[in-house]
Amino acid sequence: MSYSLRCRVIVGGKARGSILVTKQPINFLSSVDHLTGMITDKNHELYGEFVKDHVLVFPYAVGSSVGAYSIFALKSNGVSPSGIICTSRTDITTASGCAIANIPLLELCGDQDIAEIQNYNEAIVDGISGILQIKKV
Amino acid sequence: MFVHLTREEEDALDEKHGQAVSIAYKILLSIGKATNAERLIPVDWVHLSGVNYNTIGDAGVKFLTKNSEEMRFLVPTTINPMGYDSHKQNNLSNNFKRQQMEIVKAYDKMGSIPSFSCIPYELFQLPDRGHNVSFAESNAAVMANSVFGLHTNKESSLSALASAVTGKAPYSDLRIRSIRDPKIKIKIETELNTELDYGILGYFSGKSIKESCVSFGPEISNIDIYKSKSLAAALGTSGVCGMFSNKEINGNNISFGKEEEKSVMDELNTTESGDVIALGSPQLGMHELELLSNMIDGKKFSKKCMIFCPRSLYEKASNSGIAQILENAGGSLICDACTCLSPLLTHEEYDGVITNSVKAAHYLNKSSGVSVCLTDLRSIIRKYTR
Repeated sequence: MSYSLRCRVIVGGKARGSILVTKQPINFLSSVDHLTGMITDKNHELYGEFVKDHVLVFPYAVGSSVGAYSIFALKSNGVSPSGIICTSRTDITTASGCAIANIPLLELCGDQDIAEIQNYNEAIVDGISGILQIKKV
Repeated sequence: MFVHLTREEEDALDEKHGQAVSIAYKILLSIGKATNAERLIPVDWVHLSGVNYNTIGDAGVKFLTKNSEEMRFLVPTTINPMGYDSHKQNNLSNNFKRQQMEIVKAYDKMGSIPSFSCIPYELFQLPDRGHNVSFAESNAAVMANSVFGLHTNKESSLSALASAVTGKAPYSDLRIRSIRDPKIKIKIETELNTELDYGILGYFSGKSIKESCVSFGPEISNIDIYKSKSLAAALGTSGVCGMFSNKEINGNNISFGKEEEKSVMDELNTTESGDVIALGSPQLGMHELELLSNMIDGKKFSKKCMIFCPRSLYEKASNSGIAQILENAGGSLICDACTCLSPLLTHEEYDGVITNSVKAAHYLNKSSGVSVCLTDLRSIIRKYTR
């Protein structure tokens, strides 16, 4: 079973990986361990999950402006998501971090798609055509 | 919508002015797309975050060292606090200090003003109201928009760096006048007295909305700079909102009352007391240093107390005698650094930190793993001086 969603391309490139999805925003500075890629915020629904090699689907990043460096550090340390999808409004922190880290970043217009994405576990991100393909495997 | 670049900007993006400048344009293009900008516009001042080694790590050091060979700042650029006060004794590792100094050197080479402060608005003659700037550091961006009438988006370390290198930023979001009119209001239904109350309001509001500008109504019209800073810092920490306003709007209200206050305290107030008091996130300005010295009134702190402020204000406070009052009370004035993510406040050394800063409470709890006793300044002085 697979399904395609049209997105806005913010940072180009291609990626694939298993889906890690949340409805909660992320503070990349305070909530993600840069060395391991683990979500460390006990109040976050992804607490204990690792972002490494996943396609991370979340509304937008919040808080610290330094979060952009955090995304770059995740990539430098080999523990970053392979692709990122913002579902609400792509924020400046995520966009600039992905631009430097060369992580494909798409924006999906509308939170309502999160419920749909939760039914799938694999994603292919095409940051050229702007198509996000999600699959159940 | 796509970002229209001039011929010259296209050339810069295509590495015709070197790789580092091209990186800067690549960043501007990504944030321009993200915020639906049609074009880039000039900015008159930049404030950078990403100075503390504790936050940007080895990847950041490498990035800055490499790019400082080529990148040069075209507009006045102030920078955020670093990890520690190099004029004071500390037990930080040599590696930390070495890496921190690499960062300082890189920013210096690019042409920054060595402010090491998160409150540039209290230290420098910034451009006049209505001018476009590019401010990273969430409290500074929110203060610039809300109190000083400057126009900036809530920039990231990297997007502000790109603005410093190019002198430009996307014309989007809070740089557009209509977006600076609030479309949502937080209706204050509880009495706000202390700076902590305003911090709690800010933290709740940032979490509750995804708009760029929020109204708190006329209730916040006359709050002093200490309360504004507390509100701005907390608002910037928990969300994406980059501006608050006192403009009244109809409809679209979210209530903030006792229950909402309690939910923030439940999340951030994680211990009943602590072994150190930390004041200054954002760093304390002159008004707050004076306020603190008046409150102390000859008494002494019963616990270790760290007071973070910019070096230029420390010098002023030394000349006027305020610094001596605070030091005689047992306070340690720390310059060039800040409570947030300082390696001076670790869970190895402290079981709990007493602070009135909601922003500090967020980072101490979530990043440093230190428990926090969140208390307003007046209560801190009442409980912990004698």
